[in-house]
Amino acid sequence: MERVFVKPEVCIGCHLCAVWCAVAHSRSKNIIKAFLYEEPRPLPRVIVEERLPLTFALPCRHCAEPDCVFACISGALYKDRQTGRVVHDASRCVGCCSCVMACPYGCIILNNEEEEKKVLKCDLCAGLEFPYCVRHCPNGALVYGSTKGDCR
Amino acid sequence: MSAFEYLIIGNSAGAVGCVEGIRDVDQRGKIAVISEEKHHAYSRALIPYYLDGKIDREKIYYRPPDFYEKYGVVPLLGKKAVTLDLARREVELLDGERVGYGKLLLATGGRPFLPPIAGLDKRNVFTFLSLEDVLGIEKALAGAKNAVILGGGVIGLMAAEVLKKKGLDVFVLELAQRVLAPVVDETASGIVETLFAENGVKVYTGTTIKEVHGGDAVEKVTLTDGRTLSCDLLLIAVGVVPRVELVKNTGIKVNRGIVTDQRMQTSVPDVYACGDCAEAYDFVTGTSRLIPLWPNAYVGGRIAGYNMAGMSREYVWGTSMNAMHFFNLYIINAGINVTQENAGGYEAISKLDRDRKIYRKFAFREGRLQGFVLVGEVARAGILVNLMRKKIDVRGFAQALLDKNFGYKDLPDELRWQLLKDDVLLGVI
Repeated sequence: MERVFVKPEVCIGCHLCAVWCAVAHSRSKNIIKAFLYEEPRPLPRVIVEERLPLTFALPCRHCAEPDCVFACISGALYKDRQTGRVVHDASRCVGCCSCVMACPYGCIILNNEEEEKKVLKCDLCAGLEFPYCVRHCPNGALVYGSTKGDCR
Repeated sequence: MSAFEYLIIGNSAGAVGCVEGIRDVDQRGKIAVISEEKHHAYSRALIPYYLDGKIDREKIYYRPPDFYEKYGVVPLLGKKAVTLDLARREVELLDGERVGYGKLLLATGGRPFLPPIAGLDKRNVFTFLSLEDVLGIEKALAGAKNAVILGGGVIGLMAAEVLKKKGLDVFVLELAQRVLAPVVDETASGIVETLFAENGVKVYTGTTIKEVHGGDAVEKVTLTDGRTLSCDLLLIAVGVVPRVELVKNTGIKVNRGIVTDQRMQTSVPDVYACGDCAEAYDFVTGTSRLIPLWPNAYVGGRIAGYNMAGMSREYVWGTSMNAMHFFNLYIINAGINVTQENAGGYEAISKLDRDRKIYRKFAFREGRLQGFVLVGEVARAGILVNLMRKKIDVRGFAQALLDKNFGYKDLPDELRWQLLKDDVLLGVI
């Protein structure tokens, strides 16, 4: 399956991947409208780790054997057997954070902005043409492909 | 008589994990699931959320309605397994039917522990483990004003929050000197007790019910400390006992639960066990013990499934770990619960902001993380579990663990890129 890989050495720490991730998951898909007017504010699902000069993004790797899915008490998280993606069905999520406890990469985020607590995770921009974080990285520090060798 | 390559007794997390594990390896072998409950696999862990109204009845199911069909499973629901005939590889059901198997999984779960107090059979006394329990509680809620919850553990406290939100006066009784004593330390317990007090729930520790008063329904309870409480609804949440009656006198080794090896096999070949009925390997203590938790049951079942289908896999995933939340305060703990009582054998570091209800504590032995508690700041807790599971020497960066933004950035370069090697492309410059 195709997913996102990162190149820490060329990450400049601009956080545009996170900004555009939020846009991708906004209602308007418009960067200005999304950040100025949308309530609740759309949130990114990619984490940028930063201890300068070190910076790198750490998106969900859609594990072959996903610990988050194994830990999920509600069935909200599942591995799509066709696409290989680790999918989160928010309508089933109760915000218990078992997946936060289980993900070895810290890639599942509790959405604290909303009264009804649920988690957020990367869906590889499902329904959109191409992952926004990869498309908008100004320095090619995020790439998309099925193996490290065939990334775009 | 029907017969199946794979027979599973139980229909909860362990059973579902087993089915999914088997089907990763073997798409053809016939699988059957036997359960005395007639329901499609549902999540017991969702019961508090259902009672709270956070999810509707349809969402209490753990897998989609077509799960059995899609995975080629024959569901034998509403049927109770009563006898194991290991010599003939058959399970006898209550209605006399016999079911043959090639490989068997015992995922019979646990039953709520009922303390020896007279009067717990009254009609407004409930446990909090099955769908029947919660449907009963829903009915009993009409007109109820005072709820007493026996047990200040994770489930008891979750129930207390839900009932409080429903407008009841809620009293929690905990026999130990503090709530959550088995899973977190004194400081974390103190924060939780403050939180419940602030939210109007009375928590009485160091006491339990001495006597239950009433006719066919409980009206009052007298406590061992002399207090008397009005009670329209009594909830018993003091833990679960492994259901092992099926294996009695079969030769399958039982300690406190059914004994399993790291492949989840019992002492009898081709018979496996997982979940609340079984003792399983704890990767922190290195011993086998009862850890009745939903995720552990699922993964134990999954590993059993792989082995049953012929792929040798070891269960090294589980330890005592809980993700919990009360009145929007999140807490995650994992590994050994280092308290004042057992502190001697560990080095510990911690950070506390009592006013903001933030607490982080880590315990180490020879540089290896043995246990942690996070209160209020639980983001990315899985990284910590990963460091624990991989037995990483954290001495070089231990202080960074106290920061809520702790992440892979804080690890030494070599270790970081080793742990993230599947995600990163290095050497591009």
